[in-house]
Amino acid sequence: MSVKVIIPTPLRAYAGKQDTVELQASTVGEALTTLTARFQDLKRHLFADDGRLRSFVNVYVNDEDIRYLQKDATPLKQGDTVSIVPSIAGGRGFNGNQN
Amino acid sequence: MSRHVLKISEELLSRIGGHGAETYPHECCGALLGADGEAGREVVKLLPLPNRRHDSPRNRFELSPDDVRLAEKTARETGLDLLGWYHSHPDAPARPSEFDRAHAWPWYSYIIVSVRGGQPVETNSWRLQDDRSAYDSEAIQAVRASDPMFAGAAPHHSVPPAEEEADQLRSDECLSR
Repeated sequence: MSVKVIIPTPLRAYAGKQDTVELQASTVGEALTTLTARFQDLKRHLFADDGRLRSFVNVYVNDEDIRYLQKDATPLKQGDTVSIVPSIAGGRGFNGNQN
Repeated sequence: MSRHVLKISEELLSRIGGHGAETYPHECCGALLGADGEAGREVVKLLPLPNRRHDSPRNRFELSPDDVRLAEKTARETGLDLLGWYHSHPDAPARPSEFDRAHAWPWYSYIIVSVRGGQPVETNSWRLQDDRSAYDSEAIQAVRASDPMFAGAAPHHSVPPAEEEADQLRSDECLSR
């Protein structure tokens, strides 16, 4: 079924400068695999070396975080919107002077 | 010499420093909204957000996915781009830590304000290199609050803030230039 994947601004350069990609997929995992097959430079930003979704990447189906659904196996239906949401964190580090 | 330039008004820079002073000795954080095009990258609006690292707010900041989605939604609704993020380094330099680098994304602008003894003393901007190995410095170019299209009312948020603190931080007064 046809679904829409929303690409966050830092990853658009690796997705043909598109903010939205339409593709055919029946699960979230399939959608991300199809996406990274089409835009191979995206892969290293979404997946770790072991093939798992990077921990700094959140994925939503419509308004639901897939961690609270069926993760990669979350089923998609026609017209669903899959959003890639980067985790944002940082800070001065442990000692307060350099890091 | 930096090849990146970030335009931002003195007023918005001052607000970032003010946010850092307000939350001192804890880190503050927020989103940078604006435009990125042939004319360069310019921040025209801030979206202050609550630091979700309640266990270690003096040396860490973190946003929830819903905060990030709110920033993206606010950008879309105002016809702007989500250009990046700002945060403070209490009693530490305005340069990225290794922890910052490990959690950063390419393309975004990351403004860091050093706050010492409760006073903002230095502000720098950075961009992570594509291979994530290091940052490039991004020159901050102070501009006048020039474009009238961005000088109007702050966006109306239909997404309720997750915390009372967020309510206070997202007041129109904080958002508008």
